[in-house]
Amino acid sequence: MASLKDLRTRIASVKATQKITKAMQMVAAAKLRRAQTAVEAARPYAERMERVLANLAAGFEPGAGPALLAGNGRSETHLLVVATAERGLCGGFNTSIVRLAREKALALQAEGKTVKILCIGKKGYDQLRRQFEKQIVDLIDLRAVRQIAFEHADPIGQKVIKMFEQGEFDVATLFYSKFRSVIQQVPTAQRLIPAEIHGGAGGAASYEFEPDQDEILSALLPRNISVQIFRAILENAASEQGARMSAMDNATRNAGEMIRKQTTIYNRTRQAMITKELIEIISGAEAL
Amino acid sequence: MTTFHFELVSPEKLLFSGEVESVVVPGVEGQFTVLKDHAPVMSILKAGIVEIFATVTRAPERLVVRGGFADVAPSGLTLLADQATPLEQFDMAQLAQDIRDAEDDLADAKTDEALKSASEKLGQLQELKAVVGA
Repeated sequence: MASLKDLRTRIASVKATQKITKAMQMVAAAKLRRAQTAVEAARPYAERMERVLANLAAGFEPGAGPALLAGNGRSETHLLVVATAERGLCGGFNTSIVRLAREKALALQAEGKTVKILCIGKKGYDQLRRQFEKQIVDLIDLRAVRQIAFEHADPIGQKVIKMFEQGEFDVATLFYSKFRSVIQQVPTAQRLIPAEIHGGAGGAASYEFEPDQDEILSALLPRNISVQIFRAILENAASEQGARMSAMDNATRNAGEMIRKQTTIYNRTRQAMITKELIEIISGAEAL
Repeated sequence: MTTFHFELVSPEKLLFSGEVESVVVPGVEGQFTVLKDHAPVMSILKAGIVEIFATVTRAPERLVVRGGFADVAPSGLTLLADQATPLEQFDMAQLAQDIRDAEDDLADAKTDEALKSASEKLGQLQELKAVVGA
């Protein structure tokens, strides 16, 4: 049986851990609020962008139009852009995104397609590296970034487009976690190239274009990719904090439970010791 | 005068949403004013000032935008600005800094392509400075 001293040390250490998880939970709650405002602020732009694109795409026959919109007609090489967090200790957040990406990668490989992976965030990279070392083309590290702004997402988008133009892949899919609520984050796969168009535009208005349609599309489509990536990173940031908050809430509760149990054992052991000593004294006295 | 729905959004937030009577948009091929029932137009924006008239008689709300898209649809006007700041909050010092950076880029540009994009960017910024400074 553990000695009293051992038990005391153990309780003290669990208490210290509990303080840390409690603090992390509160920090996550504060950060979540900021991340949530950022997501909500960015949503209108992404939604309008989608609507404008849908309006434009309605002017094309399915499968026709610029490569970024309609694809290049092949689907041999797939690029998976996997956006995860830079830090752990946030429950199943990173794992669930990685799992979705891994399933997709394996399914594609089973079909005999080539898979390439671009990681945004270190945690996803760490997990995917074990299995897909050769497929990972790059890791984008956003650890130094405190509040993600569009300027951070834009270079990633441009990088993806450049790779596409150089023919390094045919289809790009973006993996991230959609923020529903503090307790619910949904790992999501979204196709970037060819662009995923939601809902046809109601009777595509016959637009006039300034300067012309091609030029507008060639400016709008790359921008759309950056915007989608930007939104994914923001959604991720909010999801991460939400996941961390609930994970740390659980941890704090578990620590409390453990302290309670250990304290009971400690008290019981202490009492047993006292009883034992008393018996020894009494029997010693009787023997005289 | 009748009003129509107008929205101005930047990637980071929704800056304006509501009913307005007229909006002056800095299109890449020239400024144009949008009133109710304007024909559907899709235009690239250049750096400049957007003027929002909630009612024509009142002084307009003025915002500086740096490129983006305008989508005039039957349902209203949507501006997708790359960057948008209310005029009174606009930082001239920052703009001056950006112009200096752009000049440096232009001086450093090695390829034709870099040269072209740098000079385009500088031209836009200088134009913006002229417009905002006035």
